[in-house]
Amino acid sequence: MNMSNNRVLTMARAGREAVKWEMENDKNVFMLGEDVYKFGGVFGTADGLGEIFGADRILDTPISETGFIGLATGAAIAGMKPIVELAFADFIGVCYSAIVNLAAKHHYLSNGEFKVPMVLMLGSGGGYNNGGQHSQAMHACLAHMPGMKVVAPSNAYDAKGFMHAAVQSDDFVVYMGQKRTSGVGFFGSPIPDSMSEIPDEPYTLEFGVARTVKEGTDVTVVAISWAVHQAMDAARELEKEGISVEVIDPRTLVPLDRDSIIKSVKKTGRLVVADEDYQSYGFTSEVIASVIETEPNVFKSAPVRVANPDTVIPYSRPMEQAVLPTSARIKQAILDVMK
Amino acid sequence: MLPDNETRVQMYRTMLTSRHMDDRIMELYYKDKTPVFDIAAGLIPGEIHSSHGQEACAVGTVFVLGQEDWITATHRPHHTAIARGLCVKKILCEIMGKANGLSAGRGGHMHLYSKEHKFSSSGIIAEGMGPAAGMALASRMQGKGGIGVCYLGEAAVNQGAFHEVMNMAGVYKLPFICVIEDNNWGVSVSKAASTAIARNSDRASSYNALGLYVDSNDPDDIFNKMTEATEYTRSGKGPVILELKTYRLQGHMLGDPQHYVPEEEKQAFRDCTIDYKNKLVEQGVLTESEADSIIAEVKKEVDEAVEFAINSPLPDAKDALTGNFVE
Repeated sequence: MNMSNNRVLTMARAGREAVKWEMENDKNVFMLGEDVYKFGGVFGTADGLGEIFGADRILDTPISETGFIGLATGAAIAGMKPIVELAFADFIGVCYSAIVNLAAKHHYLSNGEFKVPMVLMLGSGGGYNNGGQHSQAMHACLAHMPGMKVVAPSNAYDAKGFMHAAVQSDDFVVYMGQKRTSGVGFFGSPIPDSMSEIPDEPYTLEFGVARTVKEGTDVTVVAISWAVHQAMDAARELEKEGISVEVIDPRTLVPLDRDSIIKSVKKTGRLVVADEDYQSYGFTSEVIASVIETEPNVFKSAPVRVANPDTVIPYSRPMEQAVLPTSARIKQAILDVMK
Repeated sequence: MLPDNETRVQMYRTMLTSRHMDDRIMELYYKDKTPVFDIAAGLIPGEIHSSHGQEACAVGTVFVLGQEDWITATHRPHHTAIARGLCVKKILCEIMGKANGLSAGRGGHMHLYSKEHKFSSSGIIAEGMGPAAGMALASRMQGKGGIGVCYLGEAAVNQGAFHEVMNMAGVYKLPFICVIEDNNWGVSVSKAASTAIARNSDRASSYNALGLYVDSNDPDDIFNKMTEATEYTRSGKGPVILELKTYRLQGHMLGDPQHYVPEEEKQAFRDCTIDYKNKLVEQGVLTESEADSIIAEVKKEVDEAVEFAINSPLPDAKDALTGNFVE
């Protein structure tokens, strides 16, 4: 890989670069969705692609999510490789059936005759005071259902590699970009660790392979998406206090790299799971259950979840901050499991 | 354009194939659910939405289509699947949950798939709309010339997916036909009680589409209008809504007593297989004895398929876990 030019990109830029390459190299790849042609996607996922590829391959849709996700499903079955842009993950509420009953089920129900090589891009998460209908993580609502892979990268390197992998896959892949990690201008300065040095060449990453973001020996923190950065902030602070924290980013919820998580907890004996999504029946529960099922006696102390405490996301800053998996909450959870 | 006589005989034979298959399914279904009706019991468990009475809608439309065209059918898919030429044995095996069914028992009666026939069906009301329109879009993008045809019941037009996709089909001028089989009942709710206008083909003006209507449940009339619909949409003018008046002779699902259907409406039900046979005989296309021999041939073919399906193996339980992903 050519790393000589030191290009440091945001997540949105890196993902877009992968889309552009895929469209240049496979005429069956096209993008459709909300505000893609002239606006470049609300979160920059298609920035400038309309000018390059034209309105037929960067296809603006009406605000008809059930319609265009169904349409993309049909196009995928018939040999195209659609990338669907649906600005806010919250909006899956209006098209949930098209996602879970059409796109995700055709392959199984047809015994593999109907493939749905489609990518659904969703902008997820909050922390910028956008209210309870534009701030949700939503990934558990998708990862819970069979028939789709769910990717939630936390940095630009992963964003590019998983976008290539998603477009090249013959499976239906949901690709979730946390809005504040995207590095899009109107979210202010990008989170430093969300930016990466990006090779010019295309590369793919393997679904279901976690990344150890930081090695440690006292406690394992499993975090996904934006929460990875909060976990790292907490880990760095506690390192100064003599606590060695291992941070694991599974990067894909489906498939979930349970082996890497279990291996880490066997080493540390302590587990904190951090996630922006709702707590009950969610990612945090799944991770803890997966470890306990396999290694019931590994824990030196009870595992702790840091997630949204099952409440609608409030608008006002102090209330919203209180329900996010912030570094302060993760830090406290680590201290709790160390007691 | 009216079908030639050879096509008409073939349409008649296909209607009977669907009808006799549904008759056999109904017989086996009830036999295993007597005296206690347990929907999970017997050779054919689960809901069965039979196509009794609507066979004309399938043959009159599908016989106009080519191999390059895509179909999405409804939760009531038997007649459409048979008209498209799907293997009767494989359909019956799928309905009985057998390992050699269309989807090796993963789908069941509402989920009939055949890539070879560019055919699929779905149990979610109106949600075949998006995929059929997407297949039309893909065909156009790839220069393959196919169109997308989505079948719906009349009650499905009140779903958001119908409106959303018709609008997109109008905006993108897709080669797309929405065929509405109007049997007047969405489960137990009549069209008059659920739908603000009398004719759903009138909605076409909202989508810059062509609206066509056939009230006879006659295969020739349907074939004629479907020909007009395909010529229109293949020429790039945009989508079509083709509304077909028809009859639901066995209720929403087998076991539905239809007590909510007024007696006078039931008395007025027409059976398209009988009407069409009489028409073909009257017009000299078939003699009575030729019609009888077609019935005998169809029964033999379907009965053999039923026996084949009954004697086919069930899938291995462990296969439940494979097939969610390609990789």
